Amino acid sequence: MNYLGSNAIKNKKVYSNFFFGHFKNFTRRKQGLIGLMIITCILLIALFAPLIAPYDPVDDVSYSNLNAAPSSQYIFGTDEFGRDIFSRVIYGAQVSIQISFFTILISATFGVVMGLVSGYFGGFIDGLFMRLVDGLMSFPPLLFAIALMAALGTSTKNIILSLAIVYTPMFARLIRGCVLSIKEKEYIDSIKIMGGSKIRILFKHILPNCVSPLLIQMTTYFAYAILAEAALSFLGLGVPKPNPSWGNILYDGRQYMIDSPWITIFPGLAIGITVLGLNLLGDGLRDYLDPNLD
Amino acid sequence: MTGYLIKRILALIPVLLTVSVVVFMIIHFIPGDPAAAMLGSQATEEQLTQMREQMGLNKPLMVQFSIWILNLVQGDLGSSLVSDQSVLSLIANRLPVTLNLIIFAMSFSIIIAIPLGVAAAVKHNTSVDYVSMFIALIGISIPNFWAALLLIMVFALNLGMFPATGYIPLTKSIVLNLKHLALPAFSLGFIQAGIITRMTRSTMLDVLRQDYIRAVKAKGAATFTVVFWHALKNAMVPIITIIGINFGLLLGGTVVVESIFSINGIGQLMIQSVLNRDYPVIQGIILVIAAIYVFITLFVDILYTYFDPKIKFRKG
Repeated sequence: MNYLGSNAIKNKKVYSNFFFGHFKNFTRRKQGLIGLMIITCILLIALFAPLIAPYDPVDDVSYSNLNAAPSSQYIFGTDEFGRDIFSRVIYGAQVSIQISFFTILISATFGVVMGLVSGYFGGFIDGLFMRLVDGLMSFPPLLFAIALMAALGTSTKNIILSLAIVYTPMFARLIRGCVLSIKEKEYIDSIKIMGGSKIRILFKHILPNCVSPLLIQMTTYFAYAILAEAALSFLGLGVPKPNPSWGNILYDGRQYMIDSPWITIFPGLAIGITVLGLNLLGDGLRDYLDPNLD
Repeated sequence: MTGYLIKRILALIPVLLTVSVVVFMIIHFIPGDPAAAMLGSQATEEQLTQMREQMGLNKPLMVQFSIWILNLVQGDLGSSLVSDQSVLSLIANRLPVTLNLIIFAMSFSIIIAIPLGVAAAVKHNTSVDYVSMFIALIGISIPNFWAALLLIMVFALNLGMFPATGYIPLTKSIVLNLKHLALPAFSLGFIQAGIITRMTRSTMLDVLRQDYIRAVKAKGAATFTVVFWHALKNAMVPIITIIGINFGLLLGGTVVVESIFSINGIGQLMIQSVLNRDYPVIQGIILVIAAIYVFITLFVDILYTYFDPKIKFRKG
């Protein structure tokens, strides 16, 4: 541990290409690299699902192979309708990742705007926003999402909407804190003296300094969103059937746990690996972008 | 200290007010007519009118809210649309079960996590550190409901060591209570264990590097005293924060775990009410849970002052 906080800085090499340099330096640490590899694989699987999956996840029912054990024909086995679990898990990646992606995109966007406005302008609007944030953050996330789903009704769009409502305050609070710490810095004062407009200061000089914590939090919350979506679908409040999502497949497998455990094992494994990848990526990003956090 | 306490308690008022507004607004998030959503598609116009009357849905929003808040202050959360029982008594019946489960899960995770985190920090960058961090990482990555299903598969269905479902109250039999709650508490608690382990390790690493620890070591104190008395006490503030925050996660996670293990707690009640579209109960549950969570946060803040006396001078 040197004065600057970590060995990460010492070990950084300077590369001429900006993106390549960041990529090279980031992947010098193992955990970030492993996380990045896992997530890239999962994204590719989701993207090329129609090419990878041997069967259709919904329509290919085979009544001669109900709850069949894993075999060369069905490598993850089949479910109660004789649908291929492997294909369902592959397509499930698409569904789960899409939902989490849009959830994070929406909550980060609104959170950033709320946080910037709140932190920079302060006063009444800050008080109003922060009371709202405090209030919303008093609900346990999953429970709040369940209550919202109960009101909105189950659909893919509504999962995204409810999870976005649950996560937005967390992004708002993060960005507000970041803005508050930066706006007092001397260089912001000097930009003000030079006549920089408020909007320019906010987006050109403050926001870029909040990108690191934002990226880290987006990665972590992506993992939370995957888990939350799976939990909602598992409770029957998520993605409508027969569409496959990882939580849905688990929900179907629940009643056949004794005789056909493969229906439960594989989708859970998919969730676990994805979340593990995101956590590793998040840890890697934290080490790389914010060495002072240890 | 009293000044600080009063300030903290006063700060709860706007939070609780926002919470109640949000809870009140939940039924107004229902697309279309809330009365129709509660009664289903077969409802007659007469039934709809009666339901709107009963729920006060035909009054202006502000009037509805004032009535709702007035009832709330008097401890009246309405009554269930299904069983006609008062929401408060429904919740009061189920709450002890859930708290029993949560406290068990939390104690279990603390007992595992703090020693693991301390060991990882003391043996920084050794195999002990790597193994504990790997366990913690697996802990935070596995969905609890999946773990619950696997645990049932292995320990209940195949080995028969623990019952797969059900709940025996603590007052009836301590042994049976623990036996029934072992699997649910484990599946609920291991994520917290992962989070607390990571937090303990990183704060302990910070504390162990500080000068006063070197001074204590130089004085000749035993390693055990240095680590568990001098260092851990100062590392406790962030650890307690994370434990407090995780209480909220546990209150959410219990919905899924209770449904898997058929434990009749708040979580099961929540799921049943969602399936029955019993909105007053849903509102009541999230309101009570949010209030509990808010007070836990307050309690955590007060605990800080014990572990870090500087805080009360800074804030109070």
